[in-house]
Amino acid sequence: MSDEISLPAETAARRLTLNMGPQHPSTHGVLRMVLELDGETVVRAEPEIGFLHTGIEKECEQKFYHQVVTLTDRVDYLAPLSNNLCYCLAVEKLLGLEVPPLARWMRVMLTELTRLNSHLVWLGTHALDIGAMSVFLYCFREREEILRIFEMFSGQRMMTSYFRIGGLALEPPRGWHHAVRRFIETFPSRLDEYEELLTRNPIWLRRTKGIAVVPLEDLIELGVTGPMLRAAGLAWDIRKAEPYSDYDKFDFEIPTRTEGDVYARYQVRLEEMRQSTRIVRQALEGMPSGRHVADAPGIVLPDREKMKTEMEALIYHFKIVTEGFRVPPGEVYQAVESPRGELAYYVVSDGGNKPWRVYMRTPSFGNLQALPAMIEGGLIADVVAALGSMDFVLGDVDR
Amino acid sequence: MLSRVLANHPVVAELAAQDPGALLDGKLDRGETTLIVAPARIREVCQFLKQRGFTRLSSITAVDWYPAEPRFEVVYHLHNLGENVRLRLKCRLTENESIASVSAVWRAANWYEREVWDLFGIRFDGHPNLRRILLPEDWTDHPLRKDFPVHGRRYGYAREEAG
Repeated sequence: MSDEISLPAETAARRLTLNMGPQHPSTHGVLRMVLELDGETVVRAEPEIGFLHTGIEKECEQKFYHQVVTLTDRVDYLAPLSNNLCYCLAVEKLLGLEVPPLARWMRVMLTELTRLNSHLVWLGTHALDIGAMSVFLYCFREREEILRIFEMFSGQRMMTSYFRIGGLALEPPRGWHHAVRRFIETFPSRLDEYEELLTRNPIWLRRTKGIAVVPLEDLIELGVTGPMLRAAGLAWDIRKAEPYSDYDKFDFEIPTRTEGDVYARYQVRLEEMRQSTRIVRQALEGMPSGRHVADAPGIVLPDREKMKTEMEALIYHFKIVTEGFRVPPGEVYQAVESPRGELAYYVVSDGGNKPWRVYMRTPSFGNLQALPAMIEGGLIADVVAALGSMDFVLGDVDR
Repeated sequence: MLSRVLANHPVVAELAAQDPGALLDGKLDRGETTLIVAPARIREVCQFLKQRGFTRLSSITAVDWYPAEPRFEVVYHLHNLGENVRLRLKCRLTENESIASVSAVWRAANWYEREVWDLFGIRFDGHPNLRRILLPEDWTDHPLRKDFPVHGRRYGYAREEAG
């Protein structure tokens, strides 16, 4: 008959190319994925990045060393303090500058709060993507408390720039330990609340168990770091392996799982939040006293009070602000454990007052490269679960 | 030549014995080991180091020393997870030289080499997919080169640049 519908030839014609993104709610930023589908199965996936490229590394070469700190906030906007810390440690290593104990411990405490902040956003949005609306609301309730603590310390909720070369930007505010204590007293019970909502929830289990599994060797080969490696069984954490900023003085464990699926990543990150709470508590109880900046007049801005009474302090202030300070030639690759994995800054100095090169080895860039390996062969509905479990920040990918 | 400190470094000694022409120089500075590798030998050196335990490639990037010559340094950061050791390799290249891709050694190198091509314009021979990664496909410049103005060429603030 003439009106007979001709069925398409076998598989090749059934293939469908689908654009997921650049504007898709589950990418939490601007990421485009070109998916080749056979029915509901993803046959091939190709991530396209660069939509948020702002040339931060080029910008760093135009600024004095201390001005770069404010740029590092904007790389991974969910973990600004981890980026501040990594950059400051790199420059301090170039300078051979030792920061006082109070600054080191304060840095540990605040980067752990940053980890909580970042993991809370991850958990909330990940659950939201999979369909659990209420978890998102609870997570943002707790995150708000952390942001208030950041505001108390630095005057900023997100782009804190609180760590500076040689120590901290400001003296810790009066009453800070009440605020931090109030938070960590209640937080573990809040974590239990999330677990009650998700850990044994049958829908959550079916959406996350056995999804996006990649063998550990392949993950290492593809450059993946952080919680995803730990969920696949490798107990590697830079805080333990290459301790910086006095992390070796803190007692905490590296949570691991062996399944390597979305559910294992969820378990690892939740346990990391408990461990971070432990670290914050230890920092709170053992916080050393003393100055918050190193005694390095040409590098650290003088106290406001001294500037009004001492000629020398005023001169140093003027010189640091107008012409920066010189850093001896050399190069440093400083790695820290950010909430997403290995964050490293490669800072090259030619002896001048501006960095010759600042390279940011961001964990999200490394992790995203494993995306095709995770979603190819799976269902398109699982792409959203896989993306959420990778916890990338597009600003961190594109820089 | 290699300093005495480095000659005693176990990996460096093995590498020098394996392939005497590959290592040009090296230094140990601020606790970090840097080896200068002959660009023509980079793939073999990486292959050897991977078998030697450097299973993880942390990153590949480049530094432009313009106007000095050779202007480019391609920098590889390797990591041995088992022994918890990091190693930096460097290859010096002139403006028109290309270098062998190591994406067959570590799959992670794929995106890092694309990024270096995109931002510095250094070609990697044998790369499976050497396309721009961060900038648009039709972009013509390589912005992390030192002779590229920070405001850009096409959309820059022309008056400011001229002044």
